[in-house]
Amino acid sequence: MSRALEWKGILVFVAWRELRFARGRFFLIGSVVALITILVGFLSGLTAGLASQNISSVLQIPGDRIVLQQPDSGTPSFATSTIGGGTVKAWEGADGVTSVTPIGITQSRAALSGTDEPVGIALYGIPTSAPDAQDNPLVQLAPASNDEVGLSKGAADDLGAAVGDTITLAGADYTVASIGADLWYSHTPVVAITPDAWSDVSARTGGTGEATALAVSGDAEWQAVGEKTGTTAETTLSSLTALEAFRSEIGSLGLMIAMLFGISALVVGAFFTVWTMQRSGDIAVLKALGATTGSLVRDSLGQALIVLVAGIGVGIAIVSGVGMLVGSALPFVVNPLTTIAPAAIMAILGLAGAAFALRSVTNADPLTALGSNR
Amino acid sequence: MIDLQNVTLTFPDGDNRITAIDHVTLRGENGVVTGITGPSGSGKSSILAVAATLIRPDSGGVLIGNGENTVDAAQLSRAEATTLRRERIGIVFQQSNLIPALTVREQVQVMARLGGSSTKARTAAIDARVDELLDAVGLIAHADKRVHQLSGGQRQRAAIARALVHQPEVLLVDEPTSALDQERGAEIMGLIARLTHERDTATLLVTHDLVHRDALDELVTIVDGRRMEPALV
Repeated sequence: MSRALEWKGILVFVAWRELRFARGRFFLIGSVVALITILVGFLSGLTAGLASQNISSVLQIPGDRIVLQQPDSGTPSFATSTIGGGTVKAWEGADGVTSVTPIGITQSRAALSGTDEPVGIALYGIPTSAPDAQDNPLVQLAPASNDEVGLSKGAADDLGAAVGDTITLAGADYTVASIGADLWYSHTPVVAITPDAWSDVSARTGGTGEATALAVSGDAEWQAVGEKTGTTAETTLSSLTALEAFRSEIGSLGLMIAMLFGISALVVGAFFTVWTMQRSGDIAVLKALGATTGSLVRDSLGQALIVLVAGIGVGIAIVSGVGMLVGSALPFVVNPLTTIAPAAIMAILGLAGAAFALRSVTNADPLTALGSNR
Repeated sequence: MIDLQNVTLTFPDGDNRITAIDHVTLRGENGVVTGITGPSGSGKSSILAVAATLIRPDSGGVLIGNGENTVDAAQLSRAEATTLRRERIGIVFQQSNLIPALTVREQVQVMARLGGSSTKARTAAIDARVDELLDAVGLIAHADKRVHQLSGGQRQRAAIARALVHQPEVLLVDEPTSALDQERGAEIMGLIARLTHERDTATLLVTHDLVHRDALDELVTIVDGRRMEPALV
């Protein structure tokens, strides 16, 4: 294989042989890269899993924008937002708005009828007539009748409920009409009821009974209408910052991942700096014999790339394997975003670190090969 | 052929400059081993560095080749000089300067893989000559050994094979026997002389002693950067 690659200039003659010759050293640095990759991979998978348990239902809210109440001070919040009937009408009457769907979201407790083991749930009040009803897993949970509920998979599992069972919610009984997708909101599984039923539950639990968010579609002057109605209209992704738990989680986990990326670049850079300095005599000899600086740079970067690909490959394989095993027990997601993306970033940052070592290559003086005692 | 014409080389020394080579003219003919001798610090290694295009002289010419193929190495850019070394010059260093990670065969093969505009055909041609060269220097039986498995004399033989595999017009040899005993030194000098004659290479060989004078066809003596006439034998 190496011979074929040599011809294509991908793998350079000396680099490959040095890898084999100093396999102990390269095994060690490859292992370090693999371990960092495992850390990054697990953190990425965990972050994605936690994020999914935070926002997977919010991502399914239909519409172009999610409208929340703009408080007098501070930032909008799903937890405190209240959208009154006047605000709903104002949005419905705004130019360019084609549909407005009031949605209620609150966190509550529910129990399978006949048991005394309530579980935490996120209660969505959403109409079956919401846009994208055929394809949207959140809208598909919505029941047709006020005495019915639709359970997400997580809620059904936690409650131990099946279709046709009865669950108790805020003192009232509801029949399980359907069990659908695995949707979560702020780490609690989603239970959907009709908007009217949701208003009743809200009122019974001390709420106003009014919707907490609007799903709005169309092409309106979002900011102007928002200012006029005391609301904000954000895209689905932008509105995620209105989930306090998500914001704090993603911030701290993201910082950890970023720091691991930085550590990875530093470790690889430090290793290849020392390694390249150790072989500066060989580099000077090769230059004296006529090697181009470009070929020596390719040689060094190719060497780093091989170590990185091997280390990252092993790391990602372990993350994927373990992730699939623990996926049912932990909020852990294995997908390209948690495997390929961090792997690519690791490789790029590792190469950037290795690139720091190139000064020893470009500055090596072939004159030192003459009369040198090596 | 290599023809150094009135070459002068100076180095900075504080506020002044010291003259390492002072208007030296010497010629290395094809098929001839031209020895360059002189006391330590006389400038003989500087002459080799200039001939190898590793350093550009202050003045003078360094003509390499014959007829239309002649180039003045003193006028080349750094990249052009690198190409010249890769294609037309062979260098044997004082120490063998072999790459520890490579086997003997690979030490020689590396000459075909130094980058630049090397073509597949050139690489293949060099590869085809590797075993012939290893046979010529008596190392074919050791072709798969690494540097640490070789004796000092074997290392110099490998270095000689590496320097000749791309069929250079000029072979530059720096103190090839300094790390060898007399018997091994004589073998190496004899080998260089034989290969120079067989391959019609213009060889400049720097040596500080003349124990192996018999292997030299011509001798130039350098003292304080100047060429002594006649050479001190």
